[in-house]
Amino acid sequence: MAERYSSFTPGGTGWFLQRITAAFLVVVLAFHFFLLHFVNHAYEVTFMGTQTRMQNVGYFLTMVLFLITAAFHGVNGVYNALVNQGLEGGRKKAVLAVLTLASVALVAQGIYVALAMRGMI
Amino acid sequence: MSQSYNRGLVEDFGRWKEFSAGMWAWIFHKFTGWVLIGYLFTHIAVLSTSIDGAQGKTTMVGGEELNVYTATLQGLEGLFLIRLLEVGLLAVAVFHILNGLRLLMVDLGVGLEAQDKSFYASLILTGAITVASVPTFLTGVTI
Repeated sequence: MAERYSSFTPGGTGWFLQRITAAFLVVVLAFHFFLLHFVNHAYEVTFMGTQTRMQNVGYFLTMVLFLITAAFHGVNGVYNALVNQGLEGGRKKAVLAVLTLASVALVAQGIYVALAMRGMI
Repeated sequence: MSQSYNRGLVEDFGRWKEFSAGMWAWIFHKFTGWVLIGYLFTHIAVLSTSIDGAQGKTTMVGGEELNVYTATLQGLEGLFLIRLLEVGLLAVAVFHILNGLRLLMVDLGVGLEAQDKSFYASLILTGAITVASVPTFLTGVTI
């Protein structure tokens, strides 16, 4: 029986959050690529330029939210892909713990970086 | 409940010749997702040079004193390989976005009967956007 391939339970919190973050990320990821490759060019990025962008509160908060939602969406996606592959029991719990730690560390480091870019550290 | 039928496991990659459009979309979405989350960790690692940069740390590049963050990013951007990888990243991101939109539509029950066609449209649009972006991504770099 393989009616559904997703390990997400439709209507469940994980399923719902994965889709809410997806809707946000579709817009912000496209914006991020457009801003830093087409409006500004990645090869012209300087600390001054980054600092100027991050001084804008709206941009700063969008980037922090982008980081949090992307980390959640990505790590939740990886976890569910592994569950689809048949991960079970103790290994499933261990993988969840490692992925949770990795994402918390990523978000913490990312926020620290964002604050440094904004000149707050 | 709609009538169900057994398509077998998508994880059984040996059956790839039998895969339908939706199964390929599923596999490409997983693959691009793995690439994107892997890249996010790398991205934050590289951007972490801004912590030293914010402290005013500099490094000498070609006789010029540059902020370490500026030097790191511009140094990486000066590599042709990095530019190629960026084009690849764009392709991966664009496909994940377009197929993601397709999945949101499928979840909402919109256009279910055209889900195979929308997968092909995602692929074609990804190719077109990627090809159109190559000149921008390869500006100012040589092999």
